[in-house]
Amino acid sequence: MAPDDEPTPQESPEAKPSPERNWGVRITEDIADWIEDRTGLVSTIGKILRHPVPPRAGWMYVFGSATLTAFMIQVVSGTALALIYVPSTSQAYSTLQYITHGATLGRVLRGMHYFGASAMVLLVGVHMARVFLTASYKYPRTVNWFTGLVLLFLTLGMGFTGQLLRWDQNGVWSVVVGAEQAARTPLIGKWLAHLVLGGDTVGGTTLTRFFAVHVFFIPGLIFAFIGIHLYLVLRHGISEPPEVGAPVDPKTYKTQYEEMLKKEGVPFFPDAIWRDAVVTLALCLTVLALAIFIGPPQLGKPPDPTLIDAVPRPDWYLMWYFAVLALLPHGTEKYLIIVIPLLLFIVPLFLPLLFPKGERSVRRRPWAPVIVFATVVIIAGLWRLAVQAPWTPRFKTPPLPPSIVRSEDKLVIHGANLFYTKSCLYCHTIDGQGGIRGPDLSSVADRLSRDQMIIRISNGGYNMPAYTYNMKPDELKAIVAFLETRKGGAGFAPHSVSQVP
Amino acid sequence: MGDESKTTSSTSNSSSPDGAQGANGPCAPVDSRTLRRRKFLTRITLGLGAASAGSIIWSILGFVIAPAIRKSSTAWREVGSVDDFAVGGTKVVTFQDASTVPWAGYAGRSAAWLRRDSSDTFTCFSVNCTHLGCPVRWEEGSELFMCPCHGGVYYKDGTVAAGPPPKPLPRYNVRIKNGKVQVEASSIPLTL
Repeated sequence: MAPDDEPTPQESPEAKPSPERNWGVRITEDIADWIEDRTGLVSTIGKILRHPVPPRAGWMYVFGSATLTAFMIQVVSGTALALIYVPSTSQAYSTLQYITHGATLGRVLRGMHYFGASAMVLLVGVHMARVFLTASYKYPRTVNWFTGLVLLFLTLGMGFTGQLLRWDQNGVWSVVVGAEQAARTPLIGKWLAHLVLGGDTVGGTTLTRFFAVHVFFIPGLIFAFIGIHLYLVLRHGISEPPEVGAPVDPKTYKTQYEEMLKKEGVPFFPDAIWRDAVVTLALCLTVLALAIFIGPPQLGKPPDPTLIDAVPRPDWYLMWYFAVLALLPHGTEKYLIIVIPLLLFIVPLFLPLLFPKGERSVRRRPWAPVIVFATVVIIAGLWRLAVQAPWTPRFKTPPLPPSIVRSEDKLVIHGANLFYTKSCLYCHTIDGQGGIRGPDLSSVADRLSRDQMIIRISNGGYNMPAYTYNMKPDELKAIVAFLETRKGGAGFAPHSVSQVP
Repeated sequence: MGDESKTTSSTSNSSSPDGAQGANGPCAPVDSRTLRRRKFLTRITLGLGAASAGSIIWSILGFVIAPAIRKSSTAWREVGSVDDFAVGGTKVVTFQDASTVPWAGYAGRSAAWLRRDSSDTFTCFSVNCTHLGCPVRWEEGSELFMCPCHGGVYYKDGTVAAGPPPKPLPRYNVRIKNGKVQVEASSIPLTL
């Protein structure tokens, strides 16, 4: 019997109360009948749950519902957090401290909200990759793809605005970074930046603005787009697992799909939904375990814009973009800061319009897994780079100890000290100590002559200041003397005074 | 085309704006006058809906975008006595924003780097890197402003020394009044 032909509770003879039945069952059935008679919900939901799906839809098809589960975790945990969180610039930080350290299960709840967000970003990405790999974006599921893409960006928007609601030092400066990016938009940049800030500076209305966006605007849009997305999933059915030699032809696809469902379709409930139930439980338990054993991200220093020793960093899911911003070629960032996010949205948007038909199997679309693999590798590479942040001066680097200086020559020792006080060590490594923005200078004397060092230090480069006006001649002489002792890297015998010309 | 054919058409087209298909099945056949009335009512309904939405939305939109179109304000803020600053020294100063609200708390304050160039001249730099707005630090030894985010570096006069910043560090106006140093607080400097 086809799922749609199954009797509804109204029609089912078993639904009628019989004297042999337990009174509890009878009351339940009576209530269900009453609701069904007045609303039709039972049969409607039943019909939706039992809608036919292709028979071989396996574990690859669980990521959409898993993303929805993650979103529901966010809605529930976020609503609970809002019972205590005060979205005021003067109180948000202390209420978060209370939630984390004072409220019963507050730490767990914050952890769930954080890891739920992480899961949602991860799962929406995996779901999108699955849809791309199986070419499920092709006709007739064009708008499914559009709405999914919008949901991906809304999810990232939730991640960014949620990070700011932490409203610690990192949150405050991340708002500034966000406003600066918005300011690069041609013509309306300043207008947009002030819209982001809620004024012309970070102020009392900034946090409330982000709070409203995070808990009302974006979730409202997400609910709406999830509704459209699910409606379209029901309208067009979930895509059947692709087969080689079965290309999509818009003229015949719908007929073929309906025939396939009539012939071999199975009801979503319970034939397919059990996998979603398994994944839902696994996801909930994982988020809970991470919240309990790892906990939420630590709050940084207070949200005081006058505390300027801040190093703003996005949460992990946007760290890769942080690296992109650092790697933009000089002079291009003005345009690329806007163009790159636009392209990340527009290029996928056109995918189902450019490729609405044809083969869906990856065997006939070998470039599809290559693109997914390359995307993952690029994002992972950028992420790793952002974690290392080689472009960031290492302000906490201590002065070079005698074990690294390895000289008793006063000029060399003075040069080593200057190498620290002139901030050289923030960007250059000497025997494993220092920054990595510039080249490792542990053995610089092996590749540069004294004159070359002087020229390099005096003139600088794109990533290095010219020290002509920041260094006296005797200071330059001392630093060069120190650098000339840097031969062969770490572990070599101490340099004697005689080695320095 | 006669009225009869229009009636047939309307009843067979479930997506017709004439409402020929209701939730409980097709409606009764209608004549052309009723069809015209339904078209009129459709337009009236849409128009009234748009007017209703417009009457509400304009005020909401205005409220939401007001901060974006409001004219930026400035205000002179005292940051210390002249004697608090050594000639040649650069130190961070804090002050209340020009436009702030009573509940702003921490967020109503800003910081800047103030240098005393001579006995009676000061230069005040924004702490915001022109790359992406991160707070730059003053390194006394190297006399450089350095940004922790993407490695932007500025010379002591605020010009770009290295890295991605596209512009020099913005400056605030400074004045001395009654022996006090005052900085003209204004909006966050944005790189447009």
